[in-house]
Amino acid sequence: MPSYVDPSKCDGCKGGDKTACMYICPNDLMVLNKDEMKAYNQEPDACWECYSCVKICPQGAIFVRGYNDFVPMGGQVHPMRSSDSIMWTVKFRNGNMKRFKFPIRTTAEGAANAYLDGKGDNLDDEKLLLEKDLPQPTMLAK
Amino acid sequence: MALPNKPLGELPAVANPEVVEHDVDVLIIGGGMAACGAAFEIKKWAPADLKIMLVDKASMERSGAVAQGLSAINTYIGENKIENYVKMVRNDLMGVVREDLIYDLGRHVDESVKLFEEWGLPIWKKDDKGENLDGAKPAPSLREGGTPVRTGKWQIMINGESYKCIVAEPAKTALGEENILERVFIVKLILDKNKENQIAGAVGFSTRENKVHVFRCKTALCACGGAVNIFRPRSTGEGKGRAWYPVWNAGSTYTMCAQVGATLTMMENRFTPARFKDGYGPVGAWFLLFKAKVQNGLGEFYANSDSVKEELSKFMPYGASPVTPTCLRNHLMLNELKAGRGPIYMATDVALNAFLDERRAGGMDEKSVMKFWKHLESEAWEDFLDMSVGQAGLWAGMNIEPEKVGSEIMPTEPYMLGSHSGCCGIWTSGPNEDWVPTVDGPRSHQYKWGYNRMTTVDGLFTAGDGVGASGHKFSSGSHAEGRIVAKQMVKFCRDNADFKPELPKSAQEYADEVYAPVRRYLEHVGKSTAADVNPNYCKPAGLMMRLMKATDEYGGGVATYYMTSGKLLNICLDLLKMLREDAELMAAGDLHELMRAWENYHRIWCVETHIRHIEFRKESRYPGFYYRSDYPTVDEENWKAFVNSTFDPKTEEWKCEKVNCINIVETEPWV
Repeated sequence: MPSYVDPSKCDGCKGGDKTACMYICPNDLMVLNKDEMKAYNQEPDACWECYSCVKICPQGAIFVRGYNDFVPMGGQVHPMRSSDSIMWTVKFRNGNMKRFKFPIRTTAEGAANAYLDGKGDNLDDEKLLLEKDLPQPTMLAK
Repeated sequence: MALPNKPLGELPAVANPEVVEHDVDVLIIGGGMAACGAAFEIKKWAPADLKIMLVDKASMERSGAVAQGLSAINTYIGENKIENYVKMVRNDLMGVVREDLIYDLGRHVDESVKLFEEWGLPIWKKDDKGENLDGAKPAPSLREGGTPVRTGKWQIMINGESYKCIVAEPAKTALGEENILERVFIVKLILDKNKENQIAGAVGFSTRENKVHVFRCKTALCACGGAVNIFRPRSTGEGKGRAWYPVWNAGSTYTMCAQVGATLTMMENRFTPARFKDGYGPVGAWFLLFKAKVQNGLGEFYANSDSVKEELSKFMPYGASPVTPTCLRNHLMLNELKAGRGPIYMATDVALNAFLDERRAGGMDEKSVMKFWKHLESEAWEDFLDMSVGQAGLWAGMNIEPEKVGSEIMPTEPYMLGSHSGCCGIWTSGPNEDWVPTVDGPRSHQYKWGYNRMTTVDGLFTAGDGVGASGHKFSSGSHAEGRIVAKQMVKFCRDNADFKPELPKSAQEYADEVYAPVRRYLEHVGKSTAADVNPNYCKPAGLMMRLMKATDEYGGGVATYYMTSGKLLNICLDLLKMLREDAELMAAGDLHELMRAWENYHRIWCVETHIRHIEFRKESRYPGFYYRSDYPTVDEENWKAFVNSTFDPKTEEWKCEKVNCINIVETEPWV
């Protein structure tokens, strides 16, 4: 189900040094054509349909069309992702629609505690940060 | 219209890239769950002046196997005994595993899960009536004693669309943005010039600018995932991107470590998961949460039949466990398909309606049943939308509503991995504690040599998919393993403070090697009017198809229902030898294609180790994952042992050996 870019919506991220879709694609598929200032998926048959580009695009310009070797035409799955939830619209080939909304995060973006002041004390045991007593196996083989 | 003999992408490669050299103490290669665990943990142990750098082929926010999200965390020990986790993993992987590594993982993994929740990952909970609450509803956290929604014994449900973003954020904060290089693909590890069997650096290139990066380091973590697109996939057109495992995993972990002499273990293990056909959507929640069963083409729920019980009794003790090992479940399914009793259906309709009937039978009024249905339907779709949106897209395109009709399931093409329900990987040291067995002999036979998760090469560590003979870590366990490694790498630096890494070649020589496909392209592209058809070079895309055809037809891919033999395997090895030679003729016109070229080098090597191991092991240890027609059964007497292999970088020779497998946890009862 490769992603594709709607040229009427893509603004090439306004000529920044990288577009959002280029920044995020785990498989290095999204590229910017600087002459047209539009992005495109340069290798659709390597697209995992992870939707990372669709979710991040600030213009909502990226969609997904089902893999042409097994998905019949006409359906579409499209998300709207906010900082705490995601809303999915599932459009069926026969025109039916379903909508689902799920939470995605319970803290504010940037608020995850990196324990910058956390310090371990003994490099020579196996305990990691925040761990107290580490068990050792019982129920041993004879 | 211009002639089609121009570079394809938007970032053309040049003959002479800029070369940048870096001196660091610790190099973290990868950006997935394991690398994020290491990035989070390492500065908790490191002195302030230790120089650490993380290098990721993609962007940490969405890199690795969890990029898309997940609907469950498959390893959370919680109320269970860690020893029983060891027993479960041991049985699922047909007995040949490192119980020390599995136990060790089990005692660290929950802390990672608790951190995820604290960082913002919504984890489903049970309310006081036993109903499921999604992870954003107010409920006590795991740390506070909240009850997660268990599906199986070890799995818990999450709202995991942003799982990777949430885990990457504190990893980046903890390490510092200035110590992270994204969009740099490390392609080779480098041994020290002076000190035998000691890692000293790595080389890679940017996929964004013409720049080669050469690193000198005292210690490195190589955690770049498993291997995908190594066997011909069932979908060979656009749909080959819809691999079950992340399509960007190219076997880099195994290849890079093997090439510097790290011993590999259980590379014969592969994973061919049974998944929803074509979309490769997950089945775990359907089996465990929704209690769905599989039906053959005759409508029979074959899994509990007498003939199945009899078949399973051929694989004792594994076949007798309440949860049949994954490979044997595949084996039963393949028997149905081979007998012409396909297709196999997941009876989603039967399962979902059973929940509604149960509520109605309990006296629930129809309005409440419908409300309950909405919740159930949402849970069913979320499973796909969190982690395999394409499967939802396939259902939409096919007009499939799971409450009305079942969906076909099918075993996929083979994958290589060490963190999911597979256990190929690198032979590493276990914890340096008394309960871990002491074994005489070389490191390739030992269970511990000082630094937990260090490979047999000094200073080289691995985690996640990289650590072999220790499957069922999944996302949470991979993160925990990265944290384990982080501390060990700091310890290694402390103990080797005087070591000054020195590379045997100049930075320019490494750059020449990395950019060889670009120079080949530039030299020869003008000799044909079409860039992809040229007698002087081959393109990565074509070479990958050639690789996948060879493995599929001779190495036990889907073409033969996973059947191979000594004779076929040796033909496969001959084909791979020529592939390896021709890989030296790959050409890349742009930076994206250069990435594909190096991924293919990694794929070819890693599949070769897989084929060598299957060839060496004269039995069929994983029926349902692969079969040898010449040794078709599990041979407990002769082969309940590891197969370890080591490539000698000096002589360039492979050595395969049988290594004793030790049970640490009781074997009576077996599970």
